[in-house]
Amino acid sequence: MQSDRPKYLDLLKIRQPLPAVVSFLHRVSGALLFFPGIPLLLCGLDMALNSPQDYARLQSLLDNSLIKGLLTLLLWFFLHHFFAGIRFLALDLGYGGALRQARASSKAVLAASILFTVLVSIRVW
Amino acid sequence: MVKRALTGAHYGLFDWLAQRITAFVMIVFVLYAAAAWLFSAPHGHDGWKTIFGYSGMRIGAFLFLVSLFWHAWVGIRNILMDYVHATAIRLALQVLAILSLLFYAIWSAEILWAPGTSWR
Repeated sequence: MQSDRPKYLDLLKIRQPLPAVVSFLHRVSGALLFFPGIPLLLCGLDMALNSPQDYARLQSLLDNSLIKGLLTLLLWFFLHHFFAGIRFLALDLGYGGALRQARASSKAVLAASILFTVLVSIRVW
Repeated sequence: MVKRALTGAHYGLFDWLAQRITAFVMIVFVLYAAAAWLFSAPHGHDGWKTIFGYSGMRIGAFLFLVSLFWHAWVGIRNILMDYVHATAIRLALQVLAILSLLFYAIWSAEILWAPGTSWR
């Protein structure tokens, strides 16, 4: 079947609806939390509990602004995954499936993850 | 007569449910950890040792970490099934993911119950 309708398969031109963006970011952030997220978390916990020397080393690593910046990015991935995950749990339970609520909750997830990233960063910095 | 379902092994439903249950466990622990961090953040190595000196904290943290690894396995498996279509490569990556998660689980137990014996 031939159709004259235009096809836009250019990923940079396709405008996804907001719930799709949240879903996509949920997957990307999940992959990045698996790696490098999990090994970094375990390394940090290991160093914090191992010995006072390792604790001091961990602290000097965390004082590095480049590392701080990368961890802030990872924090945003975590918070997005966290809030989007709660949204998906609510959808599974049958809440917020209508178009208006789904759009509003997508906005709320994006806003909350950025807001909490900023708040935690302010407190840590 | 053999009675069995002809369509699939239905472990997809179990994975789906496991992903949600582990998510719930992690939400509870993260909220607890965030509250603890806000109201009485541990100071220095001694503070961390004190908190993880309580067996309730060690068990809770281990439950969180095991949930995390299980949750990660379901997610990684879904991603690999979606994007890696060559069976051999997908199998290799899945084995790699399982082995690394098992490694993390044993490492977690070592961190929590035998600190100071680390391989570093």
